[in-house]
Amino acid sequence: MLRQVEGSRAVAETVARCRPHVVAAYPISPQTHIVEALSELVGSGDLTACEYLTVESEFGALSACIGASAAGARAYTATASQGILFMAEALPNASGLGLPMVMTVANRALGAPINIWNDHSDALSQRDAGWLMLFASSNQEAVDLHVQAFALAERLSLPVMVCMDGFVLTHAVEEIDVPGQDEVDAFLPPFRARQWLDPDEPVTIGAMVGPEAFTEVKYLMAHRQLRALDDVSQVARDFAAAFGRDSGGLLRPYRTADADVVVVALGSVLGSLADVVDELRDEGLAVGALGVTCYRPWPLDEVRRALREVPRVVVLNRAFAVGSGSILGQDVRLSVPAATKVHDVVLGLGGRPLTHDVLRRLVLDVVAGQVGSDTLTFYDLDHQRVATELARELADVPSAGGAS
Amino acid sequence: MKLDVRIHGRGGQGVVTAAELLSVAAFEQGLHAQALPSFGSERTGAPVTASCRISDLPIRSHDPISQPDLLVVQDLTLLRDPVVMAGLPEDGTVVVNTNRDLADLVHGGLVVGPAQRWVTIPANDLSRQLLGRPVPNTALVGAVAGMTDLLSPEAVATAIRRRFAGLGEEIAEANVRLAEQARDLVMTTTAGGDVRC
Repeated sequence: MLRQVEGSRAVAETVARCRPHVVAAYPISPQTHIVEALSELVGSGDLTACEYLTVESEFGALSACIGASAAGARAYTATASQGILFMAEALPNASGLGLPMVMTVANRALGAPINIWNDHSDALSQRDAGWLMLFASSNQEAVDLHVQAFALAERLSLPVMVCMDGFVLTHAVEEIDVPGQDEVDAFLPPFRARQWLDPDEPVTIGAMVGPEAFTEVKYLMAHRQLRALDDVSQVARDFAAAFGRDSGGLLRPYRTADADVVVVALGSVLGSLADVVDELRDEGLAVGALGVTCYRPWPLDEVRRALREVPRVVVLNRAFAVGSGSILGQDVRLSVPAATKVHDVVLGLGGRPLTHDVLRRLVLDVVAGQVGSDTLTFYDLDHQRVATELARELADVPSAGGAS
Repeated sequence: MKLDVRIHGRGGQGVVTAAELLSVAAFEQGLHAQALPSFGSERTGAPVTASCRISDLPIRSHDPISQPDLLVVQDLTLLRDPVVMAGLPEDGTVVVNTNRDLADLVHGGLVVGPAQRWVTIPANDLSRQLLGRPVPNTALVGAVAGMTDLLSPEAVATAIRRRFAGLGEEIAEANVRLAEQARDLVMTTTAGGDVRC
């Protein structure tokens, strides 16, 4: 039923309708409203047969989910920012052990400096942890992706991360169709683990693997991840058939046909981008947008197909690799022909708004040849402020002789 | 049709709730709406901003409103901050929570900028009378509804009752009356023509 509701509340209700047996979470902004709502739903008896674990840390939250999943329970957690870093030790255990579970990441910047606002540096810092990573472009998609994530996780026996922009989506109140209990029950069968810990029928999960087989186990992990691309597409098709709307899948192209410039992005900026694309198309510029919904596994072939004929690609990076370059941009570069100009742009860090005007100016600057394609461009940087600070820092550098 | 409202106030004044109420009332009218808080440090008294987009078309963007059609200023002292008036077009509207009249604000140098439509409403006083404490947000929601003629009193009342259900019927109904009073006040004030400076 369509309701005017906060994104976090809608996600919490949807997760509850997926009937998790265990929810273990430690509150951190901007994820807090989701887990608060879930604890209320358990406390009020609306979500039955579910244990809500108040844990001491994010490490405890994910460890509890790993234990629960290994015992055959449907498990859920949510986090953000430094919270996912505190989980870092356990993240590859969940994926390596093939334990299905779902985690919401309410995307927030990593400190220091401490910053509670939205960018993608938290989730992207864990891009190699072996989890599937899905990015929501709207609150409706965030809700829908959670239903799909449980289906995918259990079908693949792998953990799935659903990323939604912190505050921008989690705290937005808008019209959202929260799937009903009957609809979710019809789509998501009861969880049946591939194997589980049972004292009556003992198995070992997580035995040590030595040099004689470790590479093979890792190869199989990589293979399984890439095979998951088909499942992500299939589950999205099944979802569309059951719920009557398109959500999820690998990519979200918008007016990319015959485009001279395509802007690639993750997350909720896709909405504003679509508005800018429409406006510029009306003005005669052949512009399109490509949302990446499935970030891990990386849909290489699909991105290649989508961008093959596009001479200029702009990548919006809302996180970057310090001392190296872009993150999303590197994935895109690997997926396009060598002749394609890739304008790798960092912007929208730590909550700096990606407004309609900024996005419009970016595309026009790219078309006018004012944004390079060989280096990383910090597009919304205050150049004067940085120049002043750099001048001061460089003046402070001691001379080579050591005398200062 | 679209109406972009930006609300400026201080932590504790119900800025985020005001945006939510407007969006729920619009949804109840069959319009599309989106309320977006832009959180600062979340301390009582610190400046807080929230946005509400209302449209007859589905809303795709999630960026904060940079060119509002209507500004709600819940705390008069914020008018001195240039950030508050930023992006307001020349035909924009400003609703200010104050018991001073417009001429007084002009005299005090608080009304600046191009010839926008200005409306003052003593939301704190109204709230004190009905709720016993100065929480201006529902009065201002009522004022916005009255000025724009976009949201019916019933839709606003539904939004308020739903939002304040957890606080008991007495508080919810007092807030409904507060919004209606502010609506009536604004409609009578502006009946003889827009207040302009």
